[in-house]
Amino acid sequence: MDTRASSEEQLAVDRVLGAPRSPWDGGARGSHRDYHTASGGAARRAERTMLLPALRALQEHAGWVSEGGLNYVCERLDVPPAEAWGVVTFYALLSTSPRPTRMLHVCDDIGCRQRGGLALCAALRASHGEPAVHEAQGHAVDLAAGQAAWMTSPCLGLCDQAPAALVTDAGPEPVERLLGRVSASAVRDVMAGRALLPDASASPARPQQGSAELVLLARAGTVDPLSLDAYRAAGGYAALARAAQLGPQGVVTELVVSKLAGRGGAAFPTGKKWEAVAAQQATPKYVVCNADESEPGTFKDRVLLTDDPFAIVEAMTIAGFATGATQGYVYIRGEYPLAAERVAQAIEAARRAQLLGANVGGHGFAFDIEVRRGAGAYICGEETALFESIAGRRGEPRNKPPFPVQVGLFGKPTVANNVETLVNVLPIVRHGGAAYASVGSGISTGTRLWCLSGAVQQPGVYETPMTITLAALIARAGGVAPGRTLRAVLLGGAASTFVTPDQLEMPLTFEAARAAGASLGSGVVMVFDDTDDLEDHLLRIAAFFRDESCGQCVPCRVGTVRQEEALHRLKHRRTIGSAADEHALLAEIGAAMKDGSICGLGQTAYAAVESAIKSLGLFSASRA
Amino acid sequence: MTPLVQLTRPSRAPKATVACTINGQSVQVSEGTSILAAAATIGVTIPTLCWLETLTPVNACRLCVAEVKGARVLAPACNRAVESGMEILTDSPRVHLTRKLVLELLASSVDLSCAPELTALMDAYGARPERFGPPAPANAAGTKQHAVAGHHAPPDPAFAATTSEPPTVDNELYVRDYAKCVLCYKCVEACGTDHQNTFAIAVAGRGFDAHISTELGAPLPDSACVYCGNCIAVCPTGALMAKREFDLRAEGRWQPEAQHAADTICPYCGVGCTLTLHVQDGEIVKATSPMDNAITMGNLCIKGRFGWRFVQSTTGR
Repeated sequence: MDTRASSEEQLAVDRVLGAPRSPWDGGARGSHRDYHTASGGAARRAERTMLLPALRALQEHAGWVSEGGLNYVCERLDVPPAEAWGVVTFYALLSTSPRPTRMLHVCDDIGCRQRGGLALCAALRASHGEPAVHEAQGHAVDLAAGQAAWMTSPCLGLCDQAPAALVTDAGPEPVERLLGRVSASAVRDVMAGRALLPDASASPARPQQGSAELVLLARAGTVDPLSLDAYRAAGGYAALARAAQLGPQGVVTELVVSKLAGRGGAAFPTGKKWEAVAAQQATPKYVVCNADESEPGTFKDRVLLTDDPFAIVEAMTIAGFATGATQGYVYIRGEYPLAAERVAQAIEAARRAQLLGANVGGHGFAFDIEVRRGAGAYICGEETALFESIAGRRGEPRNKPPFPVQVGLFGKPTVANNVETLVNVLPIVRHGGAAYASVGSGISTGTRLWCLSGAVQQPGVYETPMTITLAALIARAGGVAPGRTLRAVLLGGAASTFVTPDQLEMPLTFEAARAAGASLGSGVVMVFDDTDDLEDHLLRIAAFFRDESCGQCVPCRVGTVRQEEALHRLKHRRTIGSAADEHALLAEIGAAMKDGSICGLGQTAYAAVESAIKSLGLFSASRA
Repeated sequence: MTPLVQLTRPSRAPKATVACTINGQSVQVSEGTSILAAAATIGVTIPTLCWLETLTPVNACRLCVAEVKGARVLAPACNRAVESGMEILTDSPRVHLTRKLVLELLASSVDLSCAPELTALMDAYGARPERFGPPAPANAAGTKQHAVAGHHAPPDPAFAATTSEPPTVDNELYVRDYAKCVLCYKCVEACGTDHQNTFAIAVAGRGFDAHISTELGAPLPDSACVYCGNCIAVCPTGALMAKREFDLRAEGRWQPEAQHAADTICPYCGVGCTLTLHVQDGEIVKATSPMDNAITMGNLCIKGRFGWRFVQSTTGR
């Protein structure tokens, strides 16, 4: 396997990695002196962290990762080609076979599905044939047929502007755009190779813009996200100044007092996490901002990343200060190009203003941040899978314990927090944990971002105290359209459960959700009315988990397949035994996935199915 | 359990002792001992599949799960260290159900005909893989290799999907049969830092399409493979098999019960690896090395593992 990369491919990789230093890392063979040096050891192995950025560079340049390109990256980073192949084939947005320069990824997930997504897919099937997956499925890409091809995509995190699509243009000047409210004519323009509209995530629905009740979204849409001066004028970096006065221990104390719980889905107490990392002796320590927001129906982090990127930079800096971490990473899902661009710009501006670097803001500590982009893998939102991805390995979750606070990124103590969680740190540090905890109740303190989508009239991100009831929140988003009735709400995401119309008076606190057997997850409130085909949605959720399972452990790898098959048997009235038998089989598969899987993906893959069968009464009919 | 092989230099510092209970019985072991090893000290056997004494645990098969009181989910016994005060159950109803399902999920998707230990376990746990429907017809060769991460064809309600593909026979020494692969990662570990440091194979693809692959899915002769066969030595299901055994099985002439094993020393180099020659009808049919041999830990090189045919050469005399 000695195919060589084209010079353009080499340049694309070198733009990310820098030029080779010697023949040992892919450079030209010079004099014999080059062979009188050695290359290897821990420092060389550590370069593997650049594997995914280098593979992304190839993908963006040529539209696929060629054999020669892969070989060159392996040479540059000293990665065994078999392992690099394992990494390339792990990510949905990396292709191992040639694709047209323009790819259109149309969301057919639950948020977009019945809001135009399926209609777009049907139109594309009619005009451009089956999606460009692989010849194994009989859908080979005909490169001669045109400059563009299309595929379906899991949730793109643009549910406020459904139906959504992602377009990637490969080439020397690669372009990636999220498109919202995509019409059939817009799709025709994309497929015809016409110029693309601006990224839709620049203009999210901002239903509460200007409202005085906003804390986390106070700057969103009103303060220039590209200007550090504007951010400071709007109160930015006051929290860092306050943190410096409080000292690292003081910051952690305020966080503990605030009772802030993680907003990514697991709701772990953030103060406890920071305290644990601060207490670790091992160095270096890391701060990881988990911006791999991929839970179907979740788009709140996207709004924070694009509308208020400096807030994330500041909050991560405070996390570094409080825990003694010196390096931060923001891992942003590959489907959020504008978010990645904005955060990178914010980091650059903060560096210029010496708010990142060797002596942050003159406060006497060092901290810097790097942006990493995913490449299409929901599982990389699982924190340990995310660490593996940053390290240049397949995004396979690790067993816990040990937990990231002890053994995290690169095996070192790591604070891993969700975007929204981090942004909450700013008001806590600035105004004190007690003031923060005065909003809300019990352990459900502060405000929370809710992702309203589906059959509501005004979808978007809403910020409220957690004491709001589900009914009141849905009413804020305009409720369902006149003449329709609410049938169900997917609360928390695809990894969570459906709640029924009789549960709408539930306050959205951790306590109330737990009591109702539900979960707030990542703040998803996806509403379904009587025109929605819920069984179809459930099949999509089952397909999603099968697609996104990393494949490492048996319960999830095969369990998600068997779960989807059983649901299809129920759907097509071809049950093995009665419907009740299939439900019992599903319950056993679900129990094994929940108890036996390595990570949260498998552990929650049955949750929505279980609630749909038990609470909504779906799939109750036997073989006809 | 007494280790077969001392893999690391013993620490001089005395290790603290931790006390726990396993199935209600008090157990004291040194700190860092796995649940699996702790259970073995009182004669409790926990089934394993992806675990092997000579390899780093990957905890992927989930067959060895145990219930730790107070924990939200089950723990992999092969890698979870015993902690002081742990109350461990190795055969509770939850444990039993998960193990049964793991066996059923595997048996419904993988050909376990060369894994008699697993079929015995299936009987013990009452596993009925046919519950998921009849197995789907075999996939075309290369199906997994060409699958695209994050996409799959809708399931056929008439069948249970399998990993079945025709065996890959691309060299004279060994055969890769994906239909039998349970993705235990043992071969990858043996090829990597645990033993051979050749890195010719790794897991590729995602989810149900995950599979063991060479670089770019290339045929073995075009890959980095050095044909040590150490992956064959650790494969628990016959997915990796020496060509000689594969051929004899195909001819219906593979008879393990009629074989005897003779230990000898490899004649090739000065390392002096112990060879176990498996002889059937007066003919060497396979060479292995004992897992508990301190020098080889079950490993050999291409010569030791495959270079024995001259012994019974009948030509060129």
